[in-house]
Amino acid sequence: MNLASSLYFTGAEVGLSIVGLVLLLVSAWGGPRSARLVTILAVSALVGATLFSWHLFDLAVSETASRAFGDLYRADTFGSFAKILIYLATIAVLMVTPRFFDQRGAYRPEYPVLMLFNAVGMGMMVSATDLMTLYIGLEMSSLSSYVLASFLRNDTRSAEAGLKYFVLGALASGIILYGVSLVYGFTGSTNYEGIRAAFAIEFSTGALFGVVFVLAGLAFKVSAVPFHMWTPDVYEGAPTPVTAFFATAPKVAAMAMLVRMAMEPFAGEVDAWRQIVIFAALASIVVGALGAIGQQNLKRLLAYSSINNVGFILIGLAAATPAGVAGVMTYLAIYVAMTVGSFTALLMLRDPMGQNLETFDDIAGLSTNRPALAWCLLALMFSLAGIPPLFGFWGKFVVFQAAVQADLVALAAIGIAASVIGAFYYIKFVKVMFFDDATREVETESPIGHWIVLGLSVAIISPLGYFLTIPLGEWSAAAAASFAAAM
Amino acid sequence: MEFPILSLMLAVPLVAAIACLFLSAQSARMVALFATLFDLALGVLLWLNFDIGGAQWQFVERAEIFAGFSYALGIDGIALMLIMLSVFLMPICILASWDAITKRVGEYMAAFLLMEVLMIGVFAAQDMFLFYIFFEAGLIPMYLIIGVWGGDNRIYASYKFFLYTLLGSVLMLIAMMWMVNDAGTTDIPTLLNYDFSPQAQTWLWLAFFASFAVKMPMWPVHTWLPDAHVQAPTAGSVILAGVLLKLGGYGFIRFSLPMFPEASAQFAWLVFALSMVAVIYTSLVALVQHDMKKLIAYSSVAHMAIVTAGLFAFNVQGIEGAMMVMLGHGLVSGALFLCVGVIYDRLHTREIDRYGGLSINMPKYALFFLLFTMASIGLPGTSNFVGEFLALAGLYKVSTLVTLVCTTGIILGAAYMLYLYRRVAFGEQRNADAARMPDLNAREWIMLAPIAAATLWMGVYPESFLAPMRQDIAALEVRMARAAPVGDSQLRVGEPMERNANFVAAAHDAEGAH
Repeated sequence: MNLASSLYFTGAEVGLSIVGLVLLLVSAWGGPRSARLVTILAVSALVGATLFSWHLFDLAVSETASRAFGDLYRADTFGSFAKILIYLATIAVLMVTPRFFDQRGAYRPEYPVLMLFNAVGMGMMVSATDLMTLYIGLEMSSLSSYVLASFLRNDTRSAEAGLKYFVLGALASGIILYGVSLVYGFTGSTNYEGIRAAFAIEFSTGALFGVVFVLAGLAFKVSAVPFHMWTPDVYEGAPTPVTAFFATAPKVAAMAMLVRMAMEPFAGEVDAWRQIVIFAALASIVVGALGAIGQQNLKRLLAYSSINNVGFILIGLAAATPAGVAGVMTYLAIYVAMTVGSFTALLMLRDPMGQNLETFDDIAGLSTNRPALAWCLLALMFSLAGIPPLFGFWGKFVVFQAAVQADLVALAAIGIAASVIGAFYYIKFVKVMFFDDATREVETESPIGHWIVLGLSVAIISPLGYFLTIPLGEWSAAAAASFAAAM
Repeated sequence: MEFPILSLMLAVPLVAAIACLFLSAQSARMVALFATLFDLALGVLLWLNFDIGGAQWQFVERAEIFAGFSYALGIDGIALMLIMLSVFLMPICILASWDAITKRVGEYMAAFLLMEVLMIGVFAAQDMFLFYIFFEAGLIPMYLIIGVWGGDNRIYASYKFFLYTLLGSVLMLIAMMWMVNDAGTTDIPTLLNYDFSPQAQTWLWLAFFASFAVKMPMWPVHTWLPDAHVQAPTAGSVILAGVLLKLGGYGFIRFSLPMFPEASAQFAWLVFALSMVAVIYTSLVALVQHDMKKLIAYSSVAHMAIVTAGLFAFNVQGIEGAMMVMLGHGLVSGALFLCVGVIYDRLHTREIDRYGGLSINMPKYALFFLLFTMASIGLPGTSNFVGEFLALAGLYKVSTLVTLVCTTGIILGAAYMLYLYRRVAFGEQRNADAARMPDLNAREWIMLAPIAAATLWMGVYPESFLAPMRQDIAALEVRMARAAPVGDSQLRVGEPMERNANFVAAAHDAEGAH
C-alpha cells in the first residue's frame, strides 16, 4: 500500500484537481476571453477521467477492491461505475452550457473550473470508505454547487436559489456531521469496515440515532421526501444548465454514496434502516407525483420529477440485495440519460429573441413548430413515466424486480400503483406539445452540440436501449459485487 | 432455422411507420396501405402454413438479445386467429382514414402502423415480459391517435384512456415478476404448465384481472371505453373495438385461465356477476343513446360480457364461443364504426336524430349497415350467431341463471340495434342535408365488402376458424379440468331410443307380413 499505488487509484481525482487548479490560473489571467478554451480543456480532462475510471473498473472486475491511503478511499467497481456516470453527465452539461450564458453575456471561465472541482468532490463521495473522506468530498461538491446555483449574479432568482441551497445544504451537512460524530462515538472508528465490525458486536440505541442522522442528511442530498423542500425552488431559480447538472451528476453521487453507506458500514443493520428507506421511497414517489401536477414551470416540474425518480431508486435500495444495488445503478444510468435529454431539450426551447422558454404555455403546439424536438421530448416524457417500450421502463423494471425478489411485494405494488399518478403530468407534457395549438413563435434552429447530446440521450432511452440491457446488467452486477463481502 | 415470418410481420409495419414520419401526406398514405397489405399477405401465408393438429406452438423464434427476458415469438391457433383479425382490419383502417385525416397524415399513419406492430407482438409474444412490453406500449400510439386526431372532447378521453388502462396493467407487472421469481422462467409455454400454489393464485389472478378487466372492458371499469370511442377518429374506433378489446380476452385465455385454474374457479362467480350486470345494464344504456358511436361502444361492452361469461364456463363450448364472439365482434363492431364513419364524413355529426331515411338516398349503404346490424344482433348465418350460441351453450352447462340473463341481453341487443337502424335508415328523410348525401364510393365499397364477406363466411362455415383453435382450446380445458366447477343444470345425456323417432311400427309390420 505505497504512495504510488494510492495515487494511481485516485488518479481521476488527482488529475482533475491538477487540471482544475491550472485552469483556475488560466481563467484568472485570461479573463472572460478564455472561457471557451477553459471549457474545452475541462471537457477533455473529464473525458480522460472517464476513460481512466473505465480502466479502473476493468481492473477492479478482475481483482478485489483496490484501497488507497490506508483504506480512506477505495477504487472498486461500484465507485468507478458511479464516477463514469458522473463524469459523462458533467461533460454533457458542459457541452450545452455556454450558449445559455452567452445570451446573457454571463459566461465566465470560472464555470467549468467549478464543475471540475465539483466532479472531484463527487468522485470522492462515491469512492470514500471513511467518514472523513466522505465528508470532505461532500463539502467540496456542495460548496461548488452553491456557487454554481447563484452563477447569474444579476438575477435575483438565481441568487435566491444559491442562498437557499447554501442554508439548507449547510443544515444537512450539520445533520450528517452530527450523525457521524454519534457513529464514531459508539464505534470508535470512522472507517466503514471498522464501523460494521463494531455494529456487529453491539448496535445500541445511540448508534441507531447516529445512523438515522446520517441517513437523514443523505436523504437531503438526494432530495428524498421529507427532505426535498429545497429542490423545486433551487431547480427553478438556478440557471437551466446548472439545474440540469444538479439533477444528474450530484444526484448520482449522493445516491451512490447513500448506497455505499447503507451496504457497507450499515449492512448489518438492514432492518434498522430499511423502514426509513421504504418510507422515503414511497413518500418521494407520491409527493413527487402530486407536487408536479399543478406546476406551470417546466423546471419546477422536472424538479418534482427528479424527486419522483429518487423514490423509485430508493425502492431498489430497500431490497438491500445485490440485485437491488444493481437495479439502482441501472436506474441511475438510465435516469442520467433521461434527465440530460430533458434539460437539453428545455435549453433548446428559445423564442426568436433568444430568451429561454420554460413554462407549459410556451411549449403549446411544439409538435407543429419543432416536430423533431417535440418527438424527442415525447420519447423522454414517456420514458420518465416508465411506459414501455421506452427504456425508462427498464429502470423501473429492475428495481421493482429486485424488490419482489426480496419479498417486498407490497412495497413494489404500492410503488408501481403510485407511479400512475406521475404518469399524469408526463402525459400532460405530451398533451400540451401535441394536442394544443401553438400560441407563440419559437426559435427554429439549435446548435449541433445540443442536438448531439439530445440525440444520444434519446437513442439510449428509445427502444434501441434494450440492446444495452445485457452490458448494462453486467456492469451493474459487477458494481454491486463490490459489496459482496458485506451482504 | 425456418424463415422468421413473425419477425418480418413486426418489421414491415415498423419500418413503414418510421418512413411515414418523414414522408408527405400522399406518400405516407400509400406507404401505410402497402405495408398493411403486405402484412395481410404475410398473415395469409401464416394461416396457410399453420399446421392444424401439429405442434402446439408454431413459427417459434427465439433470440437472447435482452437481459431478464428473451425475444421469443411463436403462435398457437388462438393467437393465429387474433393476428389474422388484426392484419385484416389494418388496411381497412388505413382506407377509412384516407380522406378523413388531413392534418399530420404522416404521423397519423406512423401511429397506426406502430399500433399494428404492437398488436401482432402481443399475440405472438412467448415471453411474459415481452408480452407486457407490447401490451403496455399500445397506450402510446392510441393516446396520440385519440388526442391529436380525435373529436372535441379528445383531451379528456385520451387522459382517461391512458390512466385507466395504465393503472390496470401496472399491478399485473408486479404479479408477473412474482411469478417469474417463483417459477424461474419467463417462458409462457413453460409457465402454462407450472402450478402455482392456490393461495398465491388468488392474488395473482386478481392482479391480472385488474388489467384485463379494464382492457376488456368489464362493468364497472368500462367507462373509459365510450369516451375513447366517441372521441377517437373512425379508424381509431375500429382498432379499439376490433382488436384492442380482444387483448383482455386473450389475456384471460393465455394467462388467467391456464395459469391460475383454481383461482379462476374461485372467482368465476365474480366474473359471472359482473358479466350479467354488464349485459343488462349496458344494453339498457345503449338503448337510450343519441350518439351512434356511443351506442355501438356500449354494445361492445355487452358483447364482451358474453365473452367473459363464456370463458369462465370452463368447457370447450364456452371458450370456443368466446373466441368466436371475439373474432365476430372484431369484424362487426369494426364494420359498424366504419358505417358510422361513412356518414360522419358526409355530415360531421354522430347524432342519430340528424339522420333518417338513408335507405332512400343511400340504398347500398343501408344494405351494408343492415347486414352488420343483423350480425351484431347475432342472426344465424352471421359470425356472431355462432359465437354467441356456443358461448351460451357452454355457459348453460355451468349455470342456468347466468345463461338466462345473458340471453336476455341478446334480446335487448336486438332491440337497441334495430331501433338504431330504424332511426337512421328508415322513416322520413327529416333533414335536407342528410337526404342529399351520396351513396358509397369505391373506396368505401372496398372497405366494407371484405368485412361483409368475412362476416358471412364466419357465420356459414365457422369450421375454418374453429379448426386451428380446436386443439389449443382442448388443451386449455384439460389444463383447467381439475378446477372446473360443477354445473347446476345437471345435464344428463339421455339413452338413445332403440328405434328412430320416425319409426312407424305398423308399416314395418305390414312389410313383414308379406
